[in-house]
Amino acid sequence: MSLDAKTVTRIARLARIGLKPEEVETLGQDMGSIIDWVEQLKEVDVTDVSPMIGTGLATPRLREDRVTDGNCRDKVLANAPEREGPFFTVPKVVE
Amino acid sequence: MSGIHDFTLASARDALKSRKISAVELTNAHIDAIERLDGQLNSFITRTPDQAREGAKVADEALAKGEGGSLCGIPLGIKDLFCTNGVRTTAASKILGNFVPPYESAVTANLLKDGAVFLGKLNLDEFAMGSANLNSAFGPAVNPWKRKDSDAKLVTGGSSGGSAAAVAAGLVLGATGTDTGGSIRQPAAFTGIAGIKPTYGRCSRFGTIAFASSLDQAGPMARNLQDCAILLESMAGFDPRDSTSVDTPVPNYEASLKRGVKGLRVGIPKEYHVEGMPAEIEALWQQGMNWLRDAGAEVVEVSLPHTKYGLPTYYIAALAEASSNLARYDGVRFGERVSAPSLDGLYEASRAAGFGEEVKRRILIGTHVLSSGYYDAYYLRAQKVRTLIQQDFLKAFENVDVLLTPTAPSGAFAQDEKPTDPVQMYLNDVFTVPASMAGVPALSVPAGLDARGVPLGLQLIGKFFDEETLIAAGHAIEQAAAFHHRPTIHAGVSA
Repeated sequence: MSLDAKTVTRIARLARIGLKPEEVETLGQDMGSIIDWVEQLKEVDVTDVSPMIGTGLATPRLREDRVTDGNCRDKVLANAPEREGPFFTVPKVVE
Repeated sequence: MSGIHDFTLASARDALKSRKISAVELTNAHIDAIERLDGQLNSFITRTPDQAREGAKVADEALAKGEGGSLCGIPLGIKDLFCTNGVRTTAASKILGNFVPPYESAVTANLLKDGAVFLGKLNLDEFAMGSANLNSAFGPAVNPWKRKDSDAKLVTGGSSGGSAAAVAAGLVLGATGTDTGGSIRQPAAFTGIAGIKPTYGRCSRFGTIAFASSLDQAGPMARNLQDCAILLESMAGFDPRDSTSVDTPVPNYEASLKRGVKGLRVGIPKEYHVEGMPAEIEALWQQGMNWLRDAGAEVVEVSLPHTKYGLPTYYIAALAEASSNLARYDGVRFGERVSAPSLDGLYEASRAAGFGEEVKRRILIGTHVLSSGYYDAYYLRAQKVRTLIQQDFLKAFENVDVLLTPTAPSGAFAQDEKPTDPVQMYLNDVFTVPASMAGVPALSVPAGLDARGVPLGLQLIGKFFDEETLIAAGHAIEQAAAFHHRPTIHAGVSA
């Protein structure tokens, strides 16, 4: 079943992806068919099964609490699409 | 003497060590091949011939003194998902079209430390999302193989399509790939080369652009398993900068080639006999069983009951992780920016312009399954099914040492035969996804040609951190299959 335009628009808003009206329709169809297909997972009995979070192979580890990185402001800013001095710039967010 | 393009990585290494050839000669021959053939293959996004020549010179100096690491002077290609210090890294996305990392990924740093020479950055599906390399902002990579009776352009498989094409055509001696649900194994099968997806945690993910963090794993792609073993030994290893990196010693993978398979128990998962699988894939699979039996292994049937849920579980888990990972591309700190009066407008416009169609689709589905009201029904349920899939493997491995399956349900298809339904496209990964979900290692080796002359691969799946047994079993198949076919487009073929 195709996802309706309102749902697609809401999801796109959450994901901060701007969509053209014609994209809303095609994506609604594609997403609908993928969602229908994953519905088959409902037939699996998952009672008392714990969710798998990662593969569980690495043992969580602690490290010494000290600075291991930093002092590289120019590197951090090197790929900024727009900057002013040592700052990233964004449109005004506070009036 | 056989030509410079007949070298495997291993034989080139030996020729370099014994000074039969210089690293500069070897590198120049590969740069020439790229210039000659990559216009047809589009396997490179960025070429780095100057850096390669420089690296080769340094390698020759080390080799002359009898020094140098295991890959000293070996020309490689790097999937454009690994950050390379000072060299543009795009993930085949417009949004990272101008991104120049100020640091080196752990895997490529390991290769450089061992003396490898990088010829450039290889094409892929945008953010590694795809199974045909048709989703690249830099155009599709083209399979160097052709059908017997047709000139149609075949897909390379994906997402490591550029890596696969470059290795198969002899433009590089080996390449890095990454595999989230089959992105090393499926393109390896489509192009008649070998590829290994190691155990999750074997290679550090530091500096590899993330798609689905609980699944992404780097691995080698090369003409045979010996070459893959040499590469993997360099790429693998503990890295404290990746919290999922596992601190366990890296064995001598090359030595495991000689182990043989006598007494090895090989499982055949009965659920992999999927509906509609072409008869020639079934026949090749049977051939693989016979080869391993003839080499002294015991072949038994096993059951992985949750196999059919592998793909839908994958598409929930992987897309949820992708939607979260790709949130960082917001047009502020790096990447493409499209200006707008408001901050949200800037995000929306930048992401709309920067991401391709498949990436948008996947981010939106990932966002949907994580959103309030759907999280339990989709994401949490998928994580539970993932537990069951992993348990299937662990249970099977109580009784067998490796599993043998086809790598993909078909050979490479033509670019214009791409299915329009995304779900049909996802079925390419039906045999590779379950091992990724479980985190176990797997590899693909070329095993034969289909009726149209296109290569087919067999997959072996192993126990956690038992890449050695996988390589031993894979090598037995290699020896029996004696796959020495070459694609139509190859550096060693004069035009």
